[in-house]
Amino acid sequence: MRTPRIPLILILFLLCDVILAQSAIEVRNFNTEVQELRYRELVRELRCTVCQNEPLESSNAPLAADLRQQVYEQIMGGRSDFEIRQYMRDRYGDFVLYDPPFAAHTMILWLGPIVLLLVALGAAAVLIRQRRRMLDERRGRAAPQPEQ
Amino acid sequence: MIRMMLPLLVFIGLVGLLVAGLKTADQRQIIDSPLIGKPVPGFSLPELLDLERTVTNTELNGKPFVLNVWASWCPSCRLEHPLIKQLGRDIVSPLVGLNWKDEHDAALQWLGQFGDAWDLHLFDPSGRFGIDLGVYGAPETFLIDHTGTIRHKHIGPVSMDSYDDLVARIRQLEAEAQAGS
Amino acid sequence: MIGEFGQFTLILALILALLLSVLPMVGAWRGHDRLMASASSLALGVFVFTAAAFATLAWGFLQNDFTIQYVAAHSNLLLPWYYRLSGVWGGHEGSLLLWVLMLGAWMTAVVALSGSLGKQFRARVLAVMGMVAVGFLSFTLLTSNPFERLLPGPPDGNDLNPLLQDPGMIFHPPLLYMGYVGFAVAFAFAIAGLIGGKVERQWVRWAKPWTLAAWGFLTGGIALGSWWAYYELGWGGWWFWDPVENASFMPWLVGAALIHSQAVTEKRGAFPAWTVLLSIAAFSLSLLGTFLVRSGVLTSVHAFATDPERGLFILGFLVVVVGGSLLLYALRAPRIMTGEGFATLSRESALLMNNVFLAVAAAMVLIGTLYPLIVDFLGWGQVSVGPPYFSAMFILLMTPIVLLMPLGPMSRWQNDEFKRTMQPLLWALIGSVLGALVICALLGVWNLRAVTGWIGGLWVMLGAVAFFMRQRRQSRHGLTRGQLGMTLAHFGVGVFVIGVAMVESSTFERDLRFEPGQIVDAAGYQFRLEQVVTVKGPNWSAEEAQITVMKNGEELLLMKPQKRRYYRSGQVMSQIALQPGFTHDLYVAMGEPLGNSGAWAMRIHVKPFIRWIWGGAVLMLIGGFTAATDRRFWQAQSAEDAAIDAGRVTASSPTRALPA
Repeated sequence: MRTPRIPLILILFLLCDVILAQSAIEVRNFNTEVQELRYRELVRELRCTVCQNEPLESSNAPLAADLRQQVYEQIMGGRSDFEIRQYMRDRYGDFVLYDPPFAAHTMILWLGPIVLLLVALGAAAVLIRQRRRMLDERRGRAAPQPEQ
Repeated sequence: MIRMMLPLLVFIGLVGLLVAGLKTADQRQIIDSPLIGKPVPGFSLPELLDLERTVTNTELNGKPFVLNVWASWCPSCRLEHPLIKQLGRDIVSPLVGLNWKDEHDAALQWLGQFGDAWDLHLFDPSGRFGIDLGVYGAPETFLIDHTGTIRHKHIGPVSMDSYDDLVARIRQLEAEAQAGS
Repeated sequence: MIGEFGQFTLILALILALLLSVLPMVGAWRGHDRLMASASSLALGVFVFTAAAFATLAWGFLQNDFTIQYVAAHSNLLLPWYYRLSGVWGGHEGSLLLWVLMLGAWMTAVVALSGSLGKQFRARVLAVMGMVAVGFLSFTLLTSNPFERLLPGPPDGNDLNPLLQDPGMIFHPPLLYMGYVGFAVAFAFAIAGLIGGKVERQWVRWAKPWTLAAWGFLTGGIALGSWWAYYELGWGGWWFWDPVENASFMPWLVGAALIHSQAVTEKRGAFPAWTVLLSIAAFSLSLLGTFLVRSGVLTSVHAFATDPERGLFILGFLVVVVGGSLLLYALRAPRIMTGEGFATLSRESALLMNNVFLAVAAAMVLIGTLYPLIVDFLGWGQVSVGPPYFSAMFILLMTPIVLLMPLGPMSRWQNDEFKRTMQPLLWALIGSVLGALVICALLGVWNLRAVTGWIGGLWVMLGAVAFFMRQRRQSRHGLTRGQLGMTLAHFGVGVFVIGVAMVESSTFERDLRFEPGQIVDAAGYQFRLEQVVTVKGPNWSAEEAQITVMKNGEELLLMKPQKRRYYRSGQVMSQIALQPGFTHDLYVAMGEPLGNSGAWAMRIHVKPFIRWIWGGAVLMLIGGFTAATDRRFWQAQSAEDAAIDAGRVTASSPTRALPA
C-alpha cells in the first residue's frame, strides 16, 4: 500500500492533537453580559490556525488558547469587534476569518448564490409562462390572454 | 442544445478546479503571511542567553537579517538545525533565533545538546511577539531587509530543496543593502 | 489465510461486476433475453461475494488478526467486541468495503422488488449499478486494499480512535452510506431511461420509493452524525458546515428536490428532463462527497487519512460516471416528452419553486465549500468560509420554502386560485402567529430569531395538520401512505425549524470555576458540585465530577461528566454529562483542574429545544419511509398509464380523477 506523503509541515499540526491535555474550557471574568456575548461570538468566528478546520472556541491547541486570551484581553481593553478582527487579519490574513469579508475577491461567494437564485427564478418564470400558454391553447382559448 | 450541455460544462469546470485543488492539497493548511512587505513588528525581548539584557529592533536596524523561529519541543527544528548552522556560515547577515513558547531551561539544554546556530537569541515564552509576526508553528524563517521590512517567510523546516533559494534571497537583500546605503 | 480469502472474494466480486456492466447492456441492446436475465444472478453474485469479503474482514477484527494491516491499525486487544466490529468501517479501506456492500444490498433489493419493470429497463438499471460497483471495487483492490498483510503481525494493534468508540459512530456510517448508495438506484433508473430514449412516467413512479428510502436513510445518517457531534465533542455544537458535513448535506438537498420533482413528473409528466438531471446530480454529489472526504483537497476534522493520489483515482471515476451521464443527458434528454401545461398558480408551480430554492441552496453550499479552492486557484489569496456565511445564506434561501410549504399540498394540480388554497390554512396562519407570541411569552424568550422561528415552525406544522384533516374529511379512504409520509415529513420540518431557532438564539452557556459545594444558577436551574472521584472503564480511567441539579430547591438529578484517559493511545477525552429533555437539554463538560482546592473549570449549557432538531429529522425519516411503502408506486403499469405515455390520451381529461 502506498503510504501517503505527509509533508513535515503536517507534523507540526499533528502536535495539536498530542497536546490534548489542555482544554478549550477557560474561566473568564467579564464585566458585562455584552462583553461575554461578544467574546463568544468572536471566538466562534475566528479560525484556529493550526487545526483541521476548527474555530478558536473548540480548539485544544496552545496557540488557539493564546489567541483566545488575546481576544479576551482586547475586549476587556475596550477594543471593538472590528478592531479585534482586523488585528487577527493583519497577522494571519483572511484565512483566520470564518465570516469572509465582502470584498472584490469574495464577490462570487456572496453574490453568486443570489445571482443564481435570480437566474433560476427568471427561468422558472419563463417556464411557467410557457406552460400557461400551453394550458390555454389546449383548452382552445385564443392566445394571448390578459395577465391575471 | 447548449442548454443541455450546460450541466456537463459546469461539471468539467468543477473537475478542473478539483484537479488544481489536488495538486496543491499539501499546501491547504499553509497560511500565507499578510506581513510580507510590511515592517517587522516592534519588539523588546530578553536575550535567551542573558535574560538581563533586552534586545529591541534598533539593534538590527540598517542591515538585513534572518529571523528563525524555533523551540525545544519542536522535532522539525532539530531536523533543520544543521542547515541553519550551515546558513549561518554561508551568509554575512545576522541570524537571529526566536525561541518561541518555550521554557528557558529546556531551551538552554537544547542548545547545549544540538549546538547554537544563531548570532542572537530572542526569548518569547508567552508567544506574544510570535502572534505579532503571525507565527503559527515552528519552525518558521523570516527574511527581513535593511529597511526593516519583512520580505519573505518560509514555513516549515528549511530543507535541502529550499536551502539554495533561501541563500539566494538573502544575498539579494544583502546586495540591496549595499546599494541602498 | 483469512486475508487472502477476503481478497479472493473481492476479486470475484469485481469480475462479476464487470460482467454485470457489460452483458445485460448488450442484451438490452440486442434484445437477447438470456443476457438481459443474467443481470439478476450477476447482481446477486456481486452482493454475495462482497458480503463474504466484508464478513471476512469482520472476522479478522473479531479474531484480533493483527497480521492484517487494517485490523492492526484500527483495533486493539482491549477493545470491546462491538467496537471491533464497527472498526471494520472505521477507516478508509474498510469504509469503502461497506460502501460496496451497501451497493450490493441495494442491487439485491432491486432484483427482488422490481419484477414489474420491463426486462430491458431492468437489465440496464442493474448494469449501470454494476458499473458503479466496478469503479468502487477496483478502487478498493488497486489503492485501498483492506486485506494488506502486516508481517510479522504485531502483538497488539493501535487503538480504534477513541472518538469512534461510541454507539452513535457505529451506526452513522452505515446509515449515511445506505443513503448515498441508495441514490445510485434513482441514478441507474435515469440512465436506463436515457439509454432507452424515453422517460416514461411509469419508471419515474417506480424510482420514487427508492429515492424516498435513500433520502430517509441519508436523513438518519446526517441526524445521527449531528447528534453524535453534540454529545461527544464537548462544545455543544450540532452542525459546523464542515466540508465533510456539507458533502452529505448537498445530496440531501438535491434528493429532497428530486422527490418533489419526481412527484410532478410521475403525476403530470412535466419536467422529465429536470427530474433526470436531478437524479444524476444527487448521486454525483454522493460521489463528490466520497471524493472530498478522502482526497485531502479540503481541510476537515472529519476526513479519513487523506491521500491526493487516491483522490485522483476517485476523480477519474467521477469523470467517467458523472461526465458520461451528463454527456448522455446532453445527447438524449431533448428527445423525451415535454409534459403538459399548467397555470401560474398551481401545484406544479409550487413544486417548481420548491426545486428552485432547494437547488440554489445546494449550489450555495457547493460554492461555499469549494470557494477556498477557487480563491487559491485564481491567486486571490486565502479565504475561509464557515458557519457565518452558510447559516446566513441558508436561512435566506430556506425562508421562502418554509413560507410556501403548507400551500403546496393544499394546491390543486394544473390550475388553482390563491384564495381557494389559502382558505383552509387561515387558521394555521393565525394560529402560528398567536401561538408563537404566546409560547415566547411563556418561555420568556423575546428575540427576533426565536419569535420568527416559532412562527415559521408552527406555520409549517399547523399547515401539515390542516392538510391531514382535510384529506381525512374529503377522502373515503383517508390518506394514502404517500400523503401520510409527506405530512409527517413536512411536520418534521416545522419541528426542526423551531429547534434550530431556539438553540441558536436562546442557549445559556457559561465556562466557570466550580468548587465542591458551590452552587451555580443557570437558566432557572441550580447546579451543585458534590465531589470529583476517580473511575475506571474497559480501556480508560477517568476523573468524574458528580453534580446535583436542582430546580426551586428540589433535587432533580445527578450529572456525572468525566475526563477520560485512554490507556493505549494516551489520549485524553472529555466525556460530557448530558440530561436530555423535551424542552431543553442540560449539558456539563469538564475542563481542567484549577489549583489544589478540588476546583475545576467546567462548562454548563442549557440548550432549549435542541431535541426538536433531531426529532424533526426523525419525523422526516419516518415520513420518507412511510411514503416509500405506498403501493401506488409499486404497481405494474396500467393500461391507462400506457395510453397516456403513448400520447393517445391527455392526463387532464375530465374522466380521469387524479389523486390529490
